[in-house]
Amino acid sequence: MKIIHTDVLVIGAGLTGLRLAIAAKRRGHDALILSLVPPKRSHSAAAQGGMQASLGNVIKASGDSEDIHFEDTVRGSDWGADQAVVRMFVNTAPKAVRELAAWGVPWSRVKAGDREVVINGQRVTITEREESQGLVAQRDFGGTKKWRACYVSDGTGHAMLFAVSDRAIAQQIPVHERKEALALIHDGHRCHGAVVRDLITGELSAYVAKATAIATGGAGRLYRSTTNAVICEGIGSAIALETGIATLGNMEAVQFHPTTIFPAGILMTEGCRGDGGLLRDVDGNRFMPDYEPEKKELASRDVVSRRMEQHIRAGKGVKSRFGDHLWLDITLLGKKHIEGNLREVKEICHYFLGLDPVTQLIPVRPAQHYTMGGVRTDHTGESPTLHGLFSAGEAACWDMHGFNRLGGNSVAETIVSGMIVGEFIADFCDKAENDASVPMSLVHAALKREEAKLAAIMAQHGTEDATALRTRMQDLMTEKVGIFRTGEVLQQAVDELQGLLKRSYAIRLRDRSRGANPELVTAYRVQKMLKVALCVASGALERTESRGAHFREDHPRRNDADWLCRTLASWPDLEATLPSLRYEPLDVMGMELPPGWRGYGAKDYIEHPQTAERLALIEKVRRALPSASRIEIQRALMRYDFLLPKRYRGGNERIEDELEAPAAPAKQMVTA
Amino acid sequence: MKKIIPLVEHQHGRIGDARPQAGYKEAGSAASTPRELSIRVLRYNPQEPGSVPRMQTYRVQEAEGMTLFIALNEIREKQDPSLQFDFVCRAGICGSCAMVIDGRPTLACRTLTRNLGTTITLAPLPGFELIGDLSVNTGKWMRAMSERLRTWVHMNDEPDLSRLEARMDPKLAQDIYELDRCIECGCCVAACGTAQMRKDFIGAVGLNKIARFRLDPRDTRDDGDFYDVIGDDDGVFGCMSLLGCHDVCPKQLPLSTQIAFIRRKLVSAGLR
Repeated sequence: MKIIHTDVLVIGAGLTGLRLAIAAKRRGHDALILSLVPPKRSHSAAAQGGMQASLGNVIKASGDSEDIHFEDTVRGSDWGADQAVVRMFVNTAPKAVRELAAWGVPWSRVKAGDREVVINGQRVTITEREESQGLVAQRDFGGTKKWRACYVSDGTGHAMLFAVSDRAIAQQIPVHERKEALALIHDGHRCHGAVVRDLITGELSAYVAKATAIATGGAGRLYRSTTNAVICEGIGSAIALETGIATLGNMEAVQFHPTTIFPAGILMTEGCRGDGGLLRDVDGNRFMPDYEPEKKELASRDVVSRRMEQHIRAGKGVKSRFGDHLWLDITLLGKKHIEGNLREVKEICHYFLGLDPVTQLIPVRPAQHYTMGGVRTDHTGESPTLHGLFSAGEAACWDMHGFNRLGGNSVAETIVSGMIVGEFIADFCDKAENDASVPMSLVHAALKREEAKLAAIMAQHGTEDATALRTRMQDLMTEKVGIFRTGEVLQQAVDELQGLLKRSYAIRLRDRSRGANPELVTAYRVQKMLKVALCVASGALERTESRGAHFREDHPRRNDADWLCRTLASWPDLEATLPSLRYEPLDVMGMELPPGWRGYGAKDYIEHPQTAERLALIEKVRRALPSASRIEIQRALMRYDFLLPKRYRGGNERIEDELEAPAAPAKQMVTA
Repeated sequence: MKKIIPLVEHQHGRIGDARPQAGYKEAGSAASTPRELSIRVLRYNPQEPGSVPRMQTYRVQEAEGMTLFIALNEIREKQDPSLQFDFVCRAGICGSCAMVIDGRPTLACRTLTRNLGTTITLAPLPGFELIGDLSVNTGKWMRAMSERLRTWVHMNDEPDLSRLEARMDPKLAQDIYELDRCIECGCCVAACGTAQMRKDFIGAVGLNKIARFRLDPRDTRDDGDFYDVIGDDDGVFGCMSLLGCHDVCPKQLPLSTQIAFIRRKLVSAGLR
């Protein structure tokens, strides 16, 4: 069995994995990427609509800043996010867009002068400023106060992925394609790499590294109805979970995207609604203003998805042989706009539905879209419990999304977390004490263990069918751990998932070949997926409140008094059929933006006992600084700049915002 | 606000059964009598000693809205767990699933069975290393192409990330994106006469990349630099203008114009 050595082992070659590797390589460390598929096939390519960054170039983004992006993100998260991490993110996002612009991403640009746009169902003319001519343009997305999503027509993720993947080729970073990490190599304290299976030959090898980074994306395929690519099965999260040491954070926080084509679940970008598209019901009525008078179609995704399902429950869905759906109407945007800025949407409608969105309505219904939870890390992207294990992007719980992610913040996170965590990985590799030599006995033991597991699956004479187990899990997750949740139904899901996990150890393979064997792959993956599914379902069962995308009909209020905390799931006992859950409290007294109303969705929530005290303190700080700039006030409320890698500190220039002098070194962490 | 009246029918010539959509109440799909499909697959597993190329036929009952993604997965789940093929996004975006469908290279995930006859013949893309059955190693080919053509923006300096980005004409940005839409699926190489004869021919995918970077003012290379990488018979002068690439490109990239344009430009660069 082969053993391959590298400084940094990155698992996953989507935007995050590539950017992590580029960061490490630029700092002089060898990086090697493993990928199930060629990097340019990664699910990052499917991000259509845009990347949030407060550049403030278009007129509808005038006045935008890191501060407003911060507030939108925290409100969107329903106060589940780590606010210091959100600050790190919003400050780096403009730098990320600018770096990508230099690397060749053909961002759509601002054209000065009048242009016609659709806002709230009306055609209006807006005038772009002369000084914005040729700068990166922004479009509107849900849950944001300003137009902030930078975009490349509707192929944003594709264009970014190609530019970043090509940059990795320029840096001569090897990508080992069609390789799957089956398990992490660790000694209980320190991660040393991974045991990897070749998906063509079936051969196992060990990749030994100083730092190992999981960047495998989300776990959408736990659900039957999902926008996610077929490779998004949560295996990266699962191998972290199976160490028994690393934890998964907030796995119950699962986002459902409002507009996916029905019934295939293929994404219709939020740009459809951002650009002025409307939702209509069986009577042709635009129903969102009745539920959400302020943000209408552009409330956050969790809210819009719930309202849509609520409207279908009220009998306003359109009946079809596959079930009920609603309509997405972009006809009002006109042919020119659709064919220019929403071309992927037009193509998908054409090929999958045989309809033309220029003149026809698109059947849509919410489907699973994003995994807010993931491998729990600190602000550097390292697991707080397993040294040398890093994670970033959708696979991680860093945690900037809390219980609901804003549209355009995920594709932004891929690059931003790649930049930031990549620097910290390089710092880690720079330190002599992390040079630790790996006992070869540990590596061989890990290889043997994985080989034995595969041999056991091959030799089993059970009765279970791997695909049938996976299908049942996906049905259960969609039906019982979906948009609306109750304790009783979640309990049923947890019970049955445990049964499925037990049954997954009695799978009988029809094909016993050792090489490329898709059935064997399904068999070992379904065991891992069921564990992740159990983290989602049991986390949802235990969390007796509603927050962001996690909505409990039997506990409809957000409960900051009891649940302002992050769920941490671990799997210490490999024989167990349930994860062990712990909770990590969020500190209200350290928050720049204490919990309140989001500006959309439900207005009642149970307040945290310290919220009033924190609000009063913030008010006092503000009053004490009557002539201070927004940056000085921010610094007084919550210091975060010292958390960032040095190369990404400092502000961002805008046409109406000159570059502020760098902050004085942070002596005391929190002033307020 | 004006009342939106959905049209009664749509006009895509390529989709056979025009489906009327009378109003808001109409379901998104109409029921039809299911057909029985015969899906013939060229099977061969080079990893397996003794495996020989052969056609194998699977019978599948057609379902409403069935794509080859759905049909092939159903075959693998219910009939033959060993069948190899590649799908990732299943939405026509990632380019993983290109294969030869009834003699034509195209994306399988967005091919609806209702647009095909009852016998469907599937073969792997020619011109690429075969992994097994319908799965080919386009990733390896594309990486080698990128390394050879150096398909990245060649910059002079690192940008100052805290400053305003360099401006670009909006029309130019859009034109670059037009060429940047290539998904490296490999259809153009599979449909290329030259690629069948010259194993190192760079294909329309490679020539389009050069056109893309040539258009991009951020790339500091000039025509002389581009001539160095594609100015021979394995590059732009190998193209016989059969234009199979142009006909099959799933993203409808303007490949014939771009190849002709690049050829003309590089002829002058070569004469210089």
